[in-house]
Amino acid sequence: MSVALEVSGLEVAYRSARGFVPVVRGVDLTLAKGRVLALLGESGSGKSVTLRSVVGLTAREGARVSGRVRVLGQDVLAMDARRQLDLRGSQVGFVFQEPMTALDPVFRVGDQIAEVLVRHRGATWAEGMARARALFDLVQIPAAAQRLRAYPSELSGGLRQRAMIAIALACEPPLLLADEPTTALDATVQIQVLLLLRDLQKQLGTAVVFVTHDLGVAAEIADEVAVMYAGRIVERGSAEQVLLAPEHPYTRALLGCVVRGGYAEAPLVELAGSPPDLARLPPGCSFAPRCVSAFAPCGVEEPGEREREAGHRARCHLGR
Amino acid sequence: MMAPLPSLPDRGGPAQPMLTVTGLRRWFKLDSRRVIRAVDGLDFSVAKGATLGIVGESGCGKSTAAKLVAGIEAADAGEVVLDGEVFWARGARIGPEARRAVQMVFQDSHSSLNPRMTAAESIAFGPEAHGVKPAVARAYALELLEAVGLPPDRFADRSPLALSGGQRQRVNIARALALRPRVLLLDEPVSALDKSVEAQVLNLLVRLRVQLDLTYVFISHDLSVVRYVADEVAVMYLGQVVEQAPAATIFAQPLHPYTRALFASKPSVDPRRRIAAPPILGDPPDPVDPPSGCRFRTRCGFAEALCATGTPPLGAVAPGHRVACWMAVPRSGHSKAGVAA
Repeated sequence: MSVALEVSGLEVAYRSARGFVPVVRGVDLTLAKGRVLALLGESGSGKSVTLRSVVGLTAREGARVSGRVRVLGQDVLAMDARRQLDLRGSQVGFVFQEPMTALDPVFRVGDQIAEVLVRHRGATWAEGMARARALFDLVQIPAAAQRLRAYPSELSGGLRQRAMIAIALACEPPLLLADEPTTALDATVQIQVLLLLRDLQKQLGTAVVFVTHDLGVAAEIADEVAVMYAGRIVERGSAEQVLLAPEHPYTRALLGCVVRGGYAEAPLVELAGSPPDLARLPPGCSFAPRCVSAFAPCGVEEPGEREREAGHRARCHLGR
Repeated sequence: MMAPLPSLPDRGGPAQPMLTVTGLRRWFKLDSRRVIRAVDGLDFSVAKGATLGIVGESGCGKSTAAKLVAGIEAADAGEVVLDGEVFWARGARIGPEARRAVQMVFQDSHSSLNPRMTAAESIAFGPEAHGVKPAVARAYALELLEAVGLPPDRFADRSPLALSGGQRQRVNIARALALRPRVLLLDEPVSALDKSVEAQVLNLLVRLRVQLDLTYVFISHDLSVVRYVADEVAVMYLGQVVEQAPAATIFAQPLHPYTRALFASKPSVDPRRRIAAPPILGDPPDPVDPPSGCRFRTRCGFAEALCATGTPPLGAVAPGHRVACWMAVPRSGHSKAGVAA
């Protein structure tokens, strides 16, 4: 079995005052073991919801979830809550954007790592602590012995995120889900954590789904990139294909918003408007109202996904 | 646009800096023993019609600096001079005209708007406080909404809760402009926005600066954003400026090891050009107990004994290019002193 994650026809809708609002609208993904996929998109594109659905978190929040999610061949959405809990932590690690919301403020970070190993691996407390020490060395936390006894609030942002990664990797899960793990960090710290994740991923052979809004971060870590817009994947391919030869006008527009110089010599090409209200999606292609290349069919018919070259696919009527 | 408030007169002509900041200092006392040196001796000036970008990581004091310059927060020491006249000094009162002259836009577009006021009411509030009749202030607010790209028939009577982040930030910009300021202090104005919206707001800000003859101080943690808007760039580290130069110079030839590390930490969008190793290690130190001598030395690959004992002065290495590093001072005693970068 060489597939770490397989998602097909994933639909997630949240209840609102106006009824159920579709947030993820038919996402298909396949990620081979040991590969890194960046799920790229702006706020509200459905990238985080997709990630959280993979481990059954959105259904717990009362979202309506359908489709199929298989992690290492196991059907996650068919599992009961207890088995999902076993899956999280032992086979799937999770790193969040804000470690303070994921770490328990009243427990020492070392204890929080040991707990994972006691819970999922049947380790004794002493074994758990010894492993925690090794994990702190792995994620390059200096003065590890002393830091294990620290409370989360006593660590800097960078160290906290390293501790979070240590917890996520405690059971050496084959699949790691990372939701904007470096976004809240300073630039010089962000690159350290990003390269640490990249090195550990290679070393341990972990498959990673990495959610980010930052094209540079995706370029730095991803083998494959999937771009999300209004709940759908609009373009996917290798990092080189998507970032260097983008097919979809939305991906191109995002790349046009990357600063390459000053206003005078390299003015940014604005992407007009804002993402659509998911409760009132426009007919046809959701991106059509903002698209500079839109033509008649775009406002009528939703484009299907078409392959441009091996592995490079886009959902667009252009060039059909 | 028909502005109900008169424009503020230019005093010293184009050669006189719009803003000159000298020795600005603000320490926050945590308890009887510990002090955060948030801003610890800040000097800079901004030419009329120019944009000074201040870049630095969290805790470097850039937001405190903005509040001090705006007069929202009182400094412990130092002086802010606006077009040749003292704008802020310890014990001096800021007059209503000067208050109008310097306006601020904050990062959090949500918490900086009153949720009980509509967009138009928020914008009209300032002019009304300065004595403009409510009907006139509202008419002006509608014009400003149009100017920031929000058609007033759709947006004037909306609550901030019914606006997206980008739209709210446009309202904040309109509100700052309503008092006809000469200087806008922009504290991370696009950091909370999506990239596609960020581009819209950045372009809007550049256009408004030219149209309305404004001077900007633009604060950001994001180097590329600063690169886009700024004519002049100051890099802050733990409460002090470590390098300042015209934008073209500092991006082509950064001299301070921290500036270089900051530049080298920014990923490109080209997966073929990945960063091999982190330029510097560790987190920025705690501003409560900053390192002795050069504050960057604990993360600097070139630190020597000298760096722990003496604080390098922010000295000119070329016209308009100032660096606080012992390597930039000839015969300082640093083994790399005077070696061209």
